[in-house]
Amino acid sequence: MNSKEYIASGILELYVAGSLSEKENQEVYEAMQKYPEVLSEVQSIENAIVQLTAFAKKDSSYAFDDIKNQLKVDAPKVIPISKQKPNWLQYSGWAASLLIGSFLMYTIYQNNQLKNQIATEKQQLEEQIDKASNSLAEAEKLITVFRDKEIISIPLAGQKVSPTSYAKVYWDKKTKSIYLDAKGLPTPPKGKVYQVWSLKLNPLSPTSLGTLDAFTADNNKIFTIENANESEAFGITLEPEGGSISPTLEQLYTLGAVAVTS
Amino acid sequence: MDLEQLILQFQKKDIKAYEKLYTMYCDSISGVVNNIVKNNTVAQEITQDVFIKAWNKADTYSSKKGRFFTWILNIARNAAIDYTRSKSFKQSKQNHNADFFVDILETSDNLDTATDTIGLKEFVTKLGAKCKSVIELLYFKGFTQKEASEELEIPIGTIKTRNRTCIGELRTMLGV
Repeated sequence: MNSKEYIASGILELYVAGSLSEKENQEVYEAMQKYPEVLSEVQSIENAIVQLTAFAKKDSSYAFDDIKNQLKVDAPKVIPISKQKPNWLQYSGWAASLLIGSFLMYTIYQNNQLKNQIATEKQQLEEQIDKASNSLAEAEKLITVFRDKEIISIPLAGQKVSPTSYAKVYWDKKTKSIYLDAKGLPTPPKGKVYQVWSLKLNPLSPTSLGTLDAFTADNNKIFTIENANESEAFGITLEPEGGSISPTLEQLYTLGAVAVTS
Repeated sequence: MDLEQLILQFQKKDIKAYEKLYTMYCDSISGVVNNIVKNNTVAQEITQDVFIKAWNKADTYSSKKGRFFTWILNIARNAAIDYTRSKSFKQSKQNHNADFFVDILETSDNLDTATDTIGLKEFVTKLGAKCKSVIELLYFKGFTQKEASEELEIPIGTIKTRNRTCIGELRTMLGV
């Protein structure tokens, strides 16, 4: 198509109207660059349309001054900046709320941890108080035992196997029980226990008062044992776990006789 | 300064260049807007908005995509059509009955005498109905060739040739 045919086709009138597709607009633009007569034809059409459309207004022209002060000279520079600002605000807002949120969570977590800790400590304290009052009661009880003139105290001395060992028996005949203070005995080896004996001396006849199974676990090493015998002496031997029927005399740790005057 | 230079200066935010372009096209743009909204006060507001909008999006215009006049004409038609969809327009609609730009011309008593000496008013009055409708749709309403062909129920090729003939007559009369 040469420029004359192109002009005659009517496409340029549509071009000015804005009725063409993007592709057709591109083609007309290229034709205008190529043929000066196409460009001048477009200018003439535009001129006619500008005049025609101007007649559809009823009142007089509007002054440029009416809009002049609304035209921002630095508008393109301002727009990106003002776009960024709310973004930063938004981001910092989110960041702040995240921070506050996680801090709150952390505080709640800490609070719970502390509550648990306090509860545990309180429980432990109560247990300690309980224990202390128990041991105080025990100690008071022991003191009354030691001070009771009715109670006979019998020291048991260390024997050949363990000369440094010692023990003490407090015998309360009224209640038919003894309090054995075994603090002076070494910790028995594994698989062995101490066994307490009541002895008659003439003839020598031992009666088992039981084994000290809780020896290692017991803190004050004071044991209360029933004794209904007319004991003349007390002895402690080391025996295999579970105890023996008769004492193993080679393993006699301590021995003490009851004073004759009583 | 030729048109191309003016447009380049406008895109660099040169207010003086823009004032020249405004003077060239303001009446045309307000004519197109008035033809759609049919209210002088509203037409003035919209026209001013259109020129502010065009200034703010100056960097989006490219001569490769079309004429500067066509670009601003598009902004104006869209703004005016947007207004016709608004509540305030629908409420005032019953007050006017002018359908075509020619009706505005024919009923106008405020025409600039200088331009009227050209005899445009007489010309459009004499324009055939075929020309009136095709010019109305393509230039004042912004219809595409295809939309105009569907609206007027004539083949698409006929729109193109008929429009060329009508604009040809207009140019003869205006001497351009």
